[in-house]
Amino acid sequence: MAVATEGARLSIRGAGKRYGDLQAIADVTFDVGRNTILSIVGPSGCGKTTLLWSMSGLHGLSEGQVLLDGQAITGPHPEIGLVFQEANLLPWRNLMQNILFPWEVKRQKPDMAWIDHLVDRVGLKGFETRMPRELSGGMQQRASIVRALSLRPSVLLMDEPFGALDAFTREEMNRLVEEIWLETKTTIVFITHSIEEAIFLSDRVLVLSKRPGRVMADYPVPFPRPRSLETMASREVFDLTNRIKADIYGQTSLRAAAE
Amino acid sequence: MRDAIPEFNKSQPGGGVGLSGVSLAAGTGTRTRKEIAIILLVAVVVIGGLEVLLRWFEVPHYILPPPSAIAAALVKEFPLLLPHLRDTLICLFAGFGIGASIGLILAAVVTQKPFVEKVITPYILILVTTPMLALVPLLILRFGFGYTPRIIAVALAAGPMVMINAATGFRRTDSAKIALARSYGASVLQIFWKIRAPMALPMILVGLMIGAIFGLLTCVGAEMVGGGFGLGNRLTTYSSMINMPEFFAVIMILSIMGIVLYVLFFLIGKKWASWET
Repeated sequence: MAVATEGARLSIRGAGKRYGDLQAIADVTFDVGRNTILSIVGPSGCGKTTLLWSMSGLHGLSEGQVLLDGQAITGPHPEIGLVFQEANLLPWRNLMQNILFPWEVKRQKPDMAWIDHLVDRVGLKGFETRMPRELSGGMQQRASIVRALSLRPSVLLMDEPFGALDAFTREEMNRLVEEIWLETKTTIVFITHSIEEAIFLSDRVLVLSKRPGRVMADYPVPFPRPRSLETMASREVFDLTNRIKADIYGQTSLRAAAE
Repeated sequence: MRDAIPEFNKSQPGGGVGLSGVSLAAGTGTRTRKEIAIILLVAVVVIGGLEVLLRWFEVPHYILPPPSAIAAALVKEFPLLLPHLRDTLICLFAGFGIGASIGLILAAVVTQKPFVEKVITPYILILVTTPMLALVPLLILRFGFGYTPRIIAVALAAGPMVMINAATGFRRTDSAKIALARSYGASVLQIFWKIRAPMALPMILVGLMIGAIFGLLTCVGAEMVGGGFGLGNRLTTYSSMINMPEFFAVIMILSIMGIVLYVLFFLIGKKWASWET
């Protein structure tokens, strides 16, 4: 029986997932600290999404397990919220009906005070009755974040949530996630293709290898929050970016230059 | 009424059989006064022109009666036609109700199991492509001249159309949306009602519309084959007596029924399925 590390919120122990002959991830082990943000970066097809879906309990692992506070996760868990690639709103429901969808599924009376606060917080007040197609990509993704946060999950898993957005909107959304984290201190696992985004948001960045995905590097990101433009333009951030790039592209010359 | 001719060329991926690409949300917004005036003017010119031409060339009534004679016959005969209209509506609604319900349930069940769907689909295709009118003489032999053979024929014509289009709708699964529901602990039934059914709704409505129109067609055809009642029976009666204005009056009623069915589903589509456009 695997044992969780003290103080870890989530523990991934020897996680492996096979689809037929295809080994998507292999022997992935790491912990996610309580109230921290951890980002996972890696080349396309390295099994990042597979890993995250396993952590959410949406599908099982072939080997190993995921522990939440020491308890193995076997299915969708009420403490865990999931934000999907693109917004994944239901197009036949208006914005508020989309946000209330989880409450409807759970047959619970929604916490409207908290939901209204969140809607206001992400700047969607006044758009509650709009249909998703009437909203910009950024607004849709903000609605989906509100949907995930409305149930007050203590762990939020985000699967490349801003990949489809333009660079400006993306930076705006990163600030929003940072602000939400500062307010709620939700433990967040964030999957992204953008190293900059990973460094901006995270307390730690994990680098996954090519398929089958394994943890090949684990970098702490010690910069103080909120992270300003100056911090993000600093030498340390630049060096860290290059090291992660070197890991992903396997370009040792870049790594040597950084070190 | 309607703003545009439905688009029959827009085929759906993995589309159903029949006119499965019919757009239910072809609305192009409001019309201006000028447009309404032009539409009315064209109608007056076409109908009036027909009237004038038919009288000018002294076309005999048994070939094509002038519009005024058809209108007069419609007014005069309408009280006599009313019970027949009722009979036709009973057959249409009963047959369509039965056929559409079975079609919808079959589609929902069958699409849950791809293998079952593969086994069943060929038979449904046969039902869709065979004109059910051909069965009517046989049905009359077995069930007599009452409502029963007609209702069965309408159900056989409408049901498979509904089923094949609804199945196309139910097959359009979006794994991300289902994963979303599952992540909140949704049951299989909740996933069906809250994700699969609304996603399939636009195609279901297309199926219902085509099914209703095919049902009307089959209903009138079955009435022409046998039995002493129904609008189809009036058509054969009037034409055998060469009562052409009355014959065309019945045709008018039938085309109005068809248009009403179309508009009904068009409006339902606009209300419940407009998110797709």
